[in-house]
Amino acid sequence: MELIPWPELHAMDQSIMQEILQYLFSGITNGAIYAVIAIGFSMLYNSTDLINFAHGEFVMLGSLCMVTFFGSMHLPLVPAIILTIICVAIAGLVFERLAIRSVKHPEPIVLIIITVGASIFLRGLGMIIWGKDAYSIPSFSSHPPLDIAGAKLLSQSIWIIVIFLVASVGLQLFYKKTLTGKAMEANAISKRAAWIVGIPSKLMVMLAFGLSTAMGGLAGVIIAPITMSSYDMGTMLGLKGFCAAMLGGLGSLWGALIGGFLLGILEALGVGFVSSGLKDATAFVLLLFILYVRPGGIISSADANRF
Amino acid sequence: MNNHQTRNRICYAVFSLLIILAGYTIENPYYIQVLTFIGINTLLALGLNMLMGYAGQISLGHAAFFGIGAYGTAILTVHYNLSPWLALPAAIAAAMIVAYIVGIPTLKLSGYYLGMGTLGFGMIVNILFREWSSVTGGASGFIGIPTLELGPVSFSSGRNYFFLVWGFVLTSFIICQRIIDSRIGRALRAIHDGEKAASAVGVDTRKLKLQVFVLSAAFSALAGFLYAHLVFFISPGTFSFIASIRMVTMVVIGGMASIWGSLLGASLLTLLPEWLHAFSEFEMVVYGLILMIVMIFLPRGLTRGLLDIYERANKKNDH
Repeated sequence: MELIPWPELHAMDQSIMQEILQYLFSGITNGAIYAVIAIGFSMLYNSTDLINFAHGEFVMLGSLCMVTFFGSMHLPLVPAIILTIICVAIAGLVFERLAIRSVKHPEPIVLIIITVGASIFLRGLGMIIWGKDAYSIPSFSSHPPLDIAGAKLLSQSIWIIVIFLVASVGLQLFYKKTLTGKAMEANAISKRAAWIVGIPSKLMVMLAFGLSTAMGGLAGVIIAPITMSSYDMGTMLGLKGFCAAMLGGLGSLWGALIGGFLLGILEALGVGFVSSGLKDATAFVLLLFILYVRPGGIISSADANRF
Repeated sequence: MNNHQTRNRICYAVFSLLIILAGYTIENPYYIQVLTFIGINTLLALGLNMLMGYAGQISLGHAAFFGIGAYGTAILTVHYNLSPWLALPAAIAAAMIVAYIVGIPTLKLSGYYLGMGTLGFGMIVNILFREWSSVTGGASGFIGIPTLELGPVSFSSGRNYFFLVWGFVLTSFIICQRIIDSRIGRALRAIHDGEKAASAVGVDTRKLKLQVFVLSAAFSALAGFLYAHLVFFISPGTFSFIASIRMVTMVVIGGMASIWGSLLGASLLTLLPEWLHAFSEFEMVVYGLILMIVMIFLPRGLTRGLLDIYERANKKNDH
């Protein structure tokens, strides 16, 4: 075996470090997006014991609304984001009122098929409204990318991470500090007990739906500038966000964050050092691994119920 | 019990007569082809119904076994020039072995967690079909799968293939009926109603769940084999997550724990897209709406739901 001379080895070391840092940046960016999607899943699961297979479609709606409001109508950034989130949350509330609340015997299998039906419906709706084309919008601001130790951090990545931080801190404050948030948490722990002390559980479920789909819409908003948005983008995003939620521990806010970032970073490193073709497999391999080893997720206690 | 058996025999006799009648009287090749697809989908629904309807274990990744059957026969017949009739048992065995290995850890889960485990498995297999292009042809698909021949009989014509598929369907129906009526069938239903109770009265739930999972994988692989030699071209999209969900939908809409429900569900979900072509771009919206409405109003499936309505009407008349 030939020895590599010292200066070259050093140079290689540095370039590998740079490469790892670059993958880490893209991993953290994607991780923040997965985390936002996973939070939506977890919140809803917490309050309603429901896994919403249409969640990815709300991300798609958010992305495409953003394309319309920010990309074609040229609204200023903040009103465009707020308008988008309101639109998606309203779609979520309508979905809850018409489809979910009408179910008389909410068994898992029935709910799975209803939400899958909703996801097909929303995809069809997206295709009718926006057509089959894929759209992209400019980054939220046109700063040049930051240079950190030779690796580049795009300005949109910074936007994504900042928006993610604001959203998750905001949610945490909402749950811990406001009366409504506490009522929602109580309702999630025990519907009956919450009802006895006078918490309107139907309203709480509605609120959970609205917040969860709003988080989906937010994920769509921040992802729109770094991807091509089209009517069929939601399924894979939804499934991966779901894997992230499972990974961290379904129903836990912190679990969703940890799961999201872990998935994003491992996926980016996998793309860099294993194969880009198998990128999508990472999430599902992790999902199977966590289900076999610790079905409750990283956060939960080991004896979490497997149902 | 005897009464039940004679009724079943009459049912199957009528069913085989109908198949023969349909095969000889229908001239339109399009109808024959749609009916052949219904047969293949019925095999898929039947296999999954054994798992979901009788044993109560959900699977959101069954398209993987469908794909293993199809890709198995495609690879063996094209790359290795094997006769399809040897590829058939090989493909089914491959699916069963995979089901056995995956089933051991996965079937320990239940409810949503089991659904997610099978979903993850199905996605991984689908990504393998797409990315392992030297073997599977990758995203562009696998072409050149040979036609089936048995001595002088060629299954290239629609009518012959129709009889082949429905022959398999009939045989599978009888096999499943016999399993359901046996001791194993009762044990499976016991697991469905309460796993702990079943194991308390001496049912080896772990072994039985694994067995029925492997059995349902075998039916899916058989359907995959028939599908591959019918259309000669397969691509990963046919075996995606959506396909798994479609199989689950066939079982639930047709009616869980009902052999004839599988036939009904498979027929409806094969015919529905054909009818919905008329809606052109509204096709997906209408399809999604129908799924939601059926599940909201008839959560126990069409067979059971319509029976419920009928029984309720009868009760009202009695009063």
